[in-house]
Amino acid sequence: MSVLVFAESWNGSFKKGTFEAITFAHDTAKKLNLSCVAVTLGDISDDINSLSNYGADKVISVNSRFDSCDNKGMSSALSQVAKQQNASVFIISNTNTGKCIGPRLSVNLDASYISNVIEIPSESSPITIKKKAFSGKAFEITQTNSSSCVLALSPNAYTIKENPNPNCQIDTFDFTSESSDVTSEKIEKLTGKISLAEAEVVVSAGRGLKGPENWGIIEELADILDAGTACSKPVSDIGWRPHSEHVGQTGKAIAPNLYIAVGISGAIQHLAGVNSSKVMVAINTDPEAPFFKSADFGIVGDAFDVIPRLIEEIKNFKENN
Amino acid sequence: MNILVCISNVPDTTSKIEFTSDSKVFNTEGVQFIINPYDEFGLTKAIKLREEHGGKVTVIHLGEPSSETTLRKALAIGADQAIRIDSESKDSFGIAQELAKVISEQDFDLIITGRESIDYNNGAVPGMLAAILDLPFINACTGFTLNGNSANMEREIEGGKEYVKASLPLIIAGQKGLVEESDLIIPNMRGIMTARTKPLTVVNSNGTADKSMSISFEKPATKQACKILEAGQEKELVTLLHKEAKVI
Repeated sequence: MSVLVFAESWNGSFKKGTFEAITFAHDTAKKLNLSCVAVTLGDISDDINSLSNYGADKVISVNSRFDSCDNKGMSSALSQVAKQQNASVFIISNTNTGKCIGPRLSVNLDASYISNVIEIPSESSPITIKKKAFSGKAFEITQTNSSSCVLALSPNAYTIKENPNPNCQIDTFDFTSESSDVTSEKIEKLTGKISLAEAEVVVSAGRGLKGPENWGIIEELADILDAGTACSKPVSDIGWRPHSEHVGQTGKAIAPNLYIAVGISGAIQHLAGVNSSKVMVAINTDPEAPFFKSADFGIVGDAFDVIPRLIEEIKNFKENN
Repeated sequence: MNILVCISNVPDTTSKIEFTSDSKVFNTEGVQFIINPYDEFGLTKAIKLREEHGGKVTVIHLGEPSSETTLRKALAIGADQAIRIDSESKDSFGIAQELAKVISEQDFDLIITGRESIDYNNGAVPGMLAAILDLPFINACTGFTLNGNSANMEREIEGGKEYVKASLPLIIAGQKGLVEESDLIIPNMRGIMTARTKPLTVVNSNGTADKSMSISFEKPATKQACKILEAGQEKELVTLLHKEAKVI
């Protein structure tokens, strides 16, 4: 038996979440006394051997082409490899692609499905594991009651570690794909944008910014911190910023190392989506803003006054460090 | 066009989440239940599609009789009929199997669910339904237009979006963008009155067993008190973030 992990790629490149998933799979396999097998789909331009640095004992590369939206084909290929490898645990990243594939895998393999997991299993028989629930307001300990399971790892929840395996073996798997039942017409990537799910630092702003024309300082702050930009729900509802930037209970849930909230009061729905951040900074004119109860650091002051100075101070810091 | 919208009954977004019985059970006392916000975007889209193309909107939910309040609200918003699968709450696998059985006995052109429910956030039911029913599946769908039997859709991907196409019948898991917040329908008195007489069918559970069970819950650790600075102390903040928090 083995722990299988889907080494997700986009345009032939692995993502940060892929290495988190491999590290997680390695640690899970160790706990369960099983081997850790990584699976790649389609053409990979990155070095496949890099997966062994994070603890893969074997890499299986599926020789076939998959449309970016062919979740049926990808799940079918992964299920076949899982059966061949007699996998009892299948690990994926809880990304947009993972969310399409994981539930299908669970049905194909008749396995239980647990998403948003943040720790390796605490018990191995039956598998017992901790996941996020209630949109970040709580954690749930879940137990599986089937012989195999699919686990979807929450992004930014598990630290990447190197566990080089010099004896990692690389195999190929032949898969004949059918034509996809969903066809991709066009992909629009926001160039230069850091994906919120994977961002280590996120700078976010709310109605306190008074209008979309004032976002320049937020983007500049994000730029010097290599951060993603986000916003509160009211801001995306009035159309100041795109919906894809909305973080909170009904938007995206994020877990960066540093979250800076500018002019966001900190309603319970907003905090639910961001409280997995390791460190939170609130900047608000209102000393009574609820955000100051949840943040680690705060500045009481006007964003238009504080942010330009903060940008200067970070620039100074970067020059001297 | 025959549209099915799957509805989850979830605690209101402002709810404080508490647990009882040794942290094993979610405490529903004083909690207001609502239509899962992602499902409400889907329901609104379904009603718009019915206005454009004609047809019928059915809502379906698996739950106990107490959840009928939420189904009546969906009828007041504009659904034509409702189905409740009479069962205690199940895991995603159990819910998907139960829904698939009812769906396979009828003829739906489009099945809409929310991207996830805001309580357990598993986001698994739509993909599982697609696998069981062998239908095309588009997750995180933010746009949908119909041309005859073919649907043009937008879906969110990491750092961008993708435009995709598929033929009916299909399953989409929607979110904001499918319709805007301002499109959401607040039921009026007439809607509430007619909802009382719209058909709400109760069907028996097929008894699918769960594949996972909840053992207990934990609340996030309470944070230490916030260190509050004043405007002008930006340099101190940078120092704290570097030396104390070690995040820059």
